[in-house]
Amino acid sequence: MSPTRPARDRDSQGPEERPVLLRIASFLYLRPSLVLALLLGPPLVWMIVVYLGSLVFLLIQSFFSLDPFTGQVIRVLTLATYKDLWTPANLDIFFRTATMAAVVTVTTAVLAFPLAYFMARYASTRLKTVLYLAVLLPLWSSYLVRVYAWRLILAKEGILNWFIQQLDLTRVLDLLLRAPVIGGPSLSVSFLGMFIVFVYVWLPYMILPVQAALERVPRSLLEASGDLGARPGQTLRHVTLPLAFPGVIAGSIFTFSLTLGDFVVPYSLGNSSFFIGQAVLSLTGTAFNIPLAAAFTVVPMGIMAFYLVGARTLGAFDAL
Amino acid sequence: MSGGNAVELSGVTKIFGEVTALDNISLEIGDGEFFSLLGPSGCGKTTSLRLIAGFEMPTAGEVLIGGRAMGHIPPYQRPVNTVFQNYALFPHMTVHENVAFGLEMQHISRQDIRQQVGEALEMVRLPGMEKRRPKQLSGGQQQRVALARALVNRPKVLLLDEPLGALDLKLRKAMQLELKMLQDKVGITFIYVTHDQEEALTMSDRIAVMDHGLVLQVGTPHEIYERPATRFVADFIGETNLIPGEIVAINREVAEVELARGIRLKAPMVPGATVGRSVTLAVRPERISLAAAPGPEGMNLIEASVFEVVYNGATTSILLRLESGIVLTVRQPNIAFAVEPSDLREQRVRLVWPIEASSLFMEKTPVEQGKA
Repeated sequence: MSPTRPARDRDSQGPEERPVLLRIASFLYLRPSLVLALLLGPPLVWMIVVYLGSLVFLLIQSFFSLDPFTGQVIRVLTLATYKDLWTPANLDIFFRTATMAAVVTVTTAVLAFPLAYFMARYASTRLKTVLYLAVLLPLWSSYLVRVYAWRLILAKEGILNWFIQQLDLTRVLDLLLRAPVIGGPSLSVSFLGMFIVFVYVWLPYMILPVQAALERVPRSLLEASGDLGARPGQTLRHVTLPLAFPGVIAGSIFTFSLTLGDFVVPYSLGNSSFFIGQAVLSLTGTAFNIPLAAAFTVVPMGIMAFYLVGARTLGAFDAL
Repeated sequence: MSGGNAVELSGVTKIFGEVTALDNISLEIGDGEFFSLLGPSGCGKTTSLRLIAGFEMPTAGEVLIGGRAMGHIPPYQRPVNTVFQNYALFPHMTVHENVAFGLEMQHISRQDIRQQVGEALEMVRLPGMEKRRPKQLSGGQQQRVALARALVNRPKVLLLDEPLGALDLKLRKAMQLELKMLQDKVGITFIYVTHDQEEALTMSDRIAVMDHGLVLQVGTPHEIYERPATRFVADFIGETNLIPGEIVAINREVAEVELARGIRLKAPMVPGATVGRSVTLAVRPERISLAAAPGPEGMNLIEASVFEVVYNGATTSILLRLESGIVLTVRQPNIAFAVEPSDLREQRVRLVWPIEASSLFMEKTPVEQGKA
């Protein structure tokens, strides 16, 4: 048993004198289902207990109700809370939030596509890395800080207004701000400003999936399209866009649901017209109506489910 | 080849960065021809095809299709269609939509499209598959869809980039014959890129053998196989025995090559051969036979010892060593043998083959090597 010949060393040992690690390895190698159970166990426990569990509790809470006199939660299943939810004021909140989410999603998709296309088709490896960093860099700093910074940028005394003044476009801005619904006293207190900030904060979540989807489209498909007589515009419409669509849908799931649930941006740049996130915040805070807050939260989930079914019917996942 | 040239490459050079993919090549491909570009990977065959399709533009030279210079005309305006190596079927479309794509780009009426797509699928023997997605088809079926998608546009020239490469051997053989018959039927010029010499020999009217961005030889399968123009062609197409030697005598049409110590072989003369020149003599394994007695006049005769006998099914390969150490292969069909081949092991035998079955290739002189 010379140390220079380990192979022989191993052969000459009986099974009972093999090192512990080797025995564990052999034990696991022969039981792949046990390995799978060990690998999946912890994440599954997390998913089921912490993640799905809290969702189920949320759902159950929304079927409880609040005693109007004592302010105590009555733990009896009822639809009373959902009846409270169904008021014109609350429907306004849902409509306002969903519209903002839809407009933000479409805008991010339109802005993200050309950049994602450039990254996937034309950028060199090095430039691609730089662009990845540039897209991800804003996510490294706190989102709260960035939203606050935008409030300063958009303020009447802010840098954006100064630029607009220099370009002699103040009248155009005033006209925009005087518009109903989207306007306000200044960009920093208007739906227009809120929209700008939403598009800014969620843009990376759209660029990355669209870029990944475009990256997966083989060049030969684009060549085949041209070969069959399609002009570049036709190739874009009939081949590139349909194949990138799953990426747009993936991105829109982020931008749409993040906008639906956000309260920081409406809180910082909004006026007295609430968004869903603000309503939930105030219901869990001062009002302390947990069942109604839960019911409020169920609504965006419903909207998202509706949205995904719609995307599926449109054939968004056909190319997957 | 009545209607002149379908495709012509004239002095075409293509340079990618520092790599010369095509070095001043010229080719003329006749109307209705089944023309193959054959060579190892990186020889420039696919680049040639992409230049004809318009996916690349030549660095120098001209591509002509139907006598018309293509200049910088983009792919979507060229009268050619391509069958891609990995088929490049659109995954988000059904078989019908894939095949109809080219017709839709030409804004043909819906009814005509349905009819023509049906006919095209009929032609590639895939009727009734219109509603399937490419993913639901086997490799062979995808191949047929790709073919139908290209042919339905009735191109002047069909370009095929190793279309059978991904299929298994049996299916590939069947598709080779089918493609050949299909081409006869539609009468369209086929330009076929392949690295498989057997495939090229089976299907083509003519073959261009390429290497390192150069066209080494253009000819019919028979010419390429029987009279290879260079040593590379002889070696690349089929199996061949290469025997180095030196020309010691020239008698009109026949050159005598000495291998070593008075062992001489004869071969038909080639231009440029002079006494004293180093040459390689090539002979196909199936042209050599084992002889009990010296052959008649006009045959080469050499002694060798058998060191291995390999059974290949239809044939048996006998590996032999010459006295000079050169290894030769003799391939014989497995029909009635005078001697059981396996009994030959370790035996000394006499090999004979007709003089005209050998080809001569000049070895480059040091000066020529310097130029290359």
